[in-house]
Parts: sequence; C-alpha cells; structure tokens
Amino acid sequence: MSFLSLVWAGLFRRKTRTVLTLFSIIVAFLLFGLLRSIADAFTVGVDVAGVDRLIVQPKYSIIDPLPISHASQIVHAPGVAMVTHADWFGGFYQERKNFFPKYPVNPREWFAVYPEFRIDPAQLDAFERTRTGTVVPAALAAKYGWHVGDKIPIEADIYPKKDGTRLWEFDLVGTYDTPSGDSSQNGSVFLFNYDYFDEARQFGQGQVGWFVVRVADPSKAAEVARSIDKLFENSPNETRTATEAEFARQFANQIGNIGLMMGGILGAVFFTIILLTGNTMAQTFRERVPELAVLKTLGFSDALVSLLVLGEAVLLCAVGGAIGMGIAALLAPGVAHGIKDILPGFEIVWQTVVLGLAIAVLLGLVVGAVPALTARRLRIVDALRER
Amino acid sequence: MSAIVSLSKVSKSYTRGKQEVVVLRDLDLNIEEGDFAALMGPSGSGKTTLLNLIGGLDQPTSGSITVAGQQLEKLSAKALARWRAEKIGFVFQFYNLLPVLTAQRNVELPLLLTKLSAAQRKKNAATALQIVGLEDRAGHKPGELSGGQQQRVAIARALVADPTLLICDEPTGDLDRDTADEILDLLALLNREHGKTIVMVTHDPKAADHARHVLHLDKGQLVEQVHA
Repeated sequence: MSFLSLVWAGLFRRKTRTVLTLFSIIVAFLLFGLLRSIADAFTVGVDVAGVDRLIVQPKYSIIDPLPISHASQIVHAPGVAMVTHADWFGGFYQERKNFFPKYPVNPREWFAVYPEFRIDPAQLDAFERTRTGTVVPAALAAKYGWHVGDKIPIEADIYPKKDGTRLWEFDLVGTYDTPSGDSSQNGSVFLFNYDYFDEARQFGQGQVGWFVVRVADPSKAAEVARSIDKLFENSPNETRTATEAEFARQFANQIGNIGLMMGGILGAVFFTIILLTGNTMAQTFRERVPELAVLKTLGFSDALVSLLVLGEAVLLCAVGGAIGMGIAALLAPGVAHGIKDILPGFEIVWQTVVLGLAIAVLLGLVVGAVPALTARRLRIVDALRER
Repeated sequence: MSAIVSLSKVSKSYTRGKQEVVVLRDLDLNIEEGDFAALMGPSGSGKTTLLNLIGGLDQPTSGSITVAGQQLEKLSAKALARWRAEKIGFVFQFYNLLPVLTAQRNVELPLLLTKLSAAQRKKNAATALQIVGLEDRAGHKPGELSGGQQQRVAIARALVADPTLLICDEPTGDLDRDTADEILDLLALLNREHGKTIVMVTHDPKAADHARHVLHLDKGQLVEQVHA
C-alpha cells in the first residue's frame, strides 16, 4: 500500500457519490475541450491570414455595403498591385445545416489576388464565360457528391431574386484546390459570378461587401492601408482598411465575442462543478472526521492528514479532467469533419489538453482547500469523542 | 524495573461555557516497563483523559508526563505525532479501522510512516496478523469481519510498528463475554510473551483480572492501586 492507494481508497468510500461527481467533472472537461477548441478555431483563421493582402471594408460596420466604383480609385492608390471584391451571400444547399460560405466574385481577379487557390485555366475560362457558373473547392464538391455539369440550387436568405424567388441555380463548371493545411474560411468558399448576382438580385445593385487588395510590397502594407482610407475620407462611404487577420476577427465577432461567449459558458460550467465537487468533498470530509483522527492517533502529522484530504480532491478532479479531455480528443476528429465547412481549423491542440489538466488540478486545490485546512486543525480528542 | 510511564502533579481541566471542569487533579503515577495496568473507575472519573495524556493525544493543563523516556509537554505537535508513531500502539473500544481498507492494509497503515520498503511493510503486517491469529482474513474488509476479529485486526495494527507501550481504551467494551475473554487473553499473551507494556481502561472487573496491576480513579484522583 502507498499513500496514493490510501487516497484512492478514501475516494471510493461512497462509490455511487464519487462516480456521479466524477461523471459531472468528465462532462465539464469534455465541454471545455470542445468549446475551447471552437474558440481557438476562430483564432486559427485569423492567424493564417497573410499580410500581403488588405481588406477594405466599410468604416462603421461590415454589414454596410460599399459602392463597386471604389475599386477604380483603390487600384490607383500608391502601392496597390491588384484589387478585387466579394460579398457575403449567405444561403444554404437543400437544408439549413448544409452551410458553407458563398461569395459573388470577379473570377479572374479573385484567382489573381488569391494565387494559392489553384484552378485549371480551362475551368477558370468556363467560370468567366458562364453567367450562372460556379467553382467550389474540390473537398466541398466531394462532400456533396457534385460533379462538373451539375446544377446546384442554393436557397438565399439575404438576397432574393428580382422576381421575388429565393432559389438561385448555379452550374458547376470547375473545382479549385486549396493549399494543404489552409484552414481559413477563404479555402472553403463556393464562388460564383458577381455580374450574374448583381443583375439578378432584387436590391443592392452596384454594391459589394468588401474589397481585397494585393499590395506590391508587404512591408508597406500599413502605408497603403492609410492611403486607401484617405481616398474616401468624409465621403458617404468611408472605409477602414485592415489586414485579413483583422477582417477575419471582425467577421467572427459578428456572432459575438467568441472568446467571451465560450468563457462565459465554461465559467458557468466550472462554477457549478466547484459547488458540486466542493459539496461532495465537504460531505466526505464530515463522514470521515473520526477516521482522520485515527490517522493522527497513529502518528500521521497534521500536514500529512491535510495533504491526504487535499490529495483526494485533486485526484478526483485530475482523473475526471483527464478522462474528459481524453474523450474530447477522441471526438475531435469527428466534430472537425462535421463542421469543417462552417469552422475549418477545429482541432484539440496539446496546449488545450495541458490547460485542461492544469484547470483540473486547480479545481481540486480549490474544492479541497477548506476540508484540508479543517483536517489540519482537527483535534484528535474532540474528533474521537464524536464517534 | 524502571518506570515507563511517569506522571508528576498532572492536572487537566476543560472550560465548558464559563465553567472550568477539573478532570484530573495533581495526579502522580508510575507504571513500570512490562506492566499490564488496568485503569478502573466510574464514568467521569478521568480514565480516558488520563489515557489520552499518556498516549500523547492531549496535553496536561499542568504537571509533567514522561513516557518511554520522553517528556511529552516539551514536544511540538509534529514531534509528538512522530513519537506516537514510534512508541505507542492504540486499541479503541470501537476498533476504529478504516472501512475501505482490507485487514492487511489497515495493519500496514502505521508502517507508511516508516522507511520500510513496500515488501517489508507487507511482510510485517502479515506477521502481526499471524500473531493475532487472523492471517487467513488478511484480504477481508472490516465490514466482512466479526467484532472480535475487527478488534484483533486493531491489535495487530497497534503492534505492527513494535511500539513500547500499548494503550487500550475499553478494548472489550463492544464485545460479548467469550470474545472479550479471547481479546484479553491475547493482550495478556502480548504482555507476557512479547514483553509489551499495556495500559488499559476498563469498566469490566473481569477484564481487570487479566491485568497485573489495577488502578482505581475517582474524581480525577488515584484512590487505590492493587497488584495482582
């Protein structure tokens, strides 16, 4: 027998209660592993964005439109090598759960500004030629079983057509490849012709969501950004030019501060766990007062008895945390596959696992602190009298 | 023989509310090495308090207590715990075994505080269980043992670290007559064959018959000493 086995045996004095508490800790850390990784996935999108491109967006809100005519001025700003535009179409394929980003773009400009997305030149020509044409990442086509020549219906939720209908039909004319390891949103976009979109939509003609600018010299990106914004100063459509990273962050923040939301949920979960586990430890401690007095009688010091009590709380939380994080890691590939179009870049990284285990130990220290301190102060004679 | 337990002018009082309750008053007592002393007296006479003081579980209000050559009131709480682990074996009325541990592991508990290897601890615990005749019950938990068997495990636990003094607080108080006699015979054997000094609190005159030396306490004072 060792001190560890003594602590372990003490934990299972009331098996059902310990197992139920352990189960709730496991669930808490499973949630932590998944939610934390979701929050991280948004940041991953931010981190991989390049600095050789800038995004020109409306100054006050990214849901405001910008006139497409801005492009002709932006392209002449010093340091600008290329410019193109995009918009957020929204919509879904067949069912709401089949969501992926869809941008109306200028085909040739888009692939010039994003040279890392590789497309067969013939398919790019077809994309440019076909009014209702679309090209999609090869992985997206594989997911839905699409082949070149297929008609793909998209139900719009923002832009109805001029006839009031919401069903847009596109002809798949090609697929494009994204760089391996690219987990940014741009790598999973369903692209279609802006010209067709602009003519057919019910409102917003001549407007775009944002411009993408390729700068000639990345080291001068900040100056280029300033000069672009200066062009539209005091106009009805002022701009704010930032890196793609900043744009991605703002895009994610449209549905709220992801970090804060996840933090709030996890805070509530852990607060509940502290109460629950704290109550379990307090109950266990009360039942074991005479046993702890016996240990002290046998010569266990105050500090050692205190450590044994603290050890039980830490061990319970650490085991629960490890199992919860383990299950989260096992589920992660499946979750990542399921949400790869909405949230590419989802994975449980080792830093999250280490953080989870550290929180588990900290949780154990917090819930075990009061019982441990009380155990330390326990007077043998008084405690044995309670028996 | 030299005194293994020596109390000089020992008093112990408690404050209950605003009232001071004197439990022991200027008590002088010597118990010699190898003795088997029974402490008797009516309820509230101070028997258990005296036992707690001798075992280093409590401190006197005044006076001096020397046990196994160590003046107890001079020890810090930590040093006193270490001293108890080395010198004293405790046997309680209600056995006080840890219900989640097997008999073997309960007996091994005091050895966790020593530098013995795991294998040696296990071997010593098995030997202690053999002495009390329970080697075949080593894997059983307290709930699976009778009262008499549990008390034998408790005695094995008290013995396993080879203490100088065994302190027994009503060791047969929860047992039937026959089982009580078996336990008392075992204690007498430990005293006689293994040379263990035993101080035992009891209400039972038949239990006291097994002792070599009976001390009567009343109202916190020693009123009579009888040698067998």
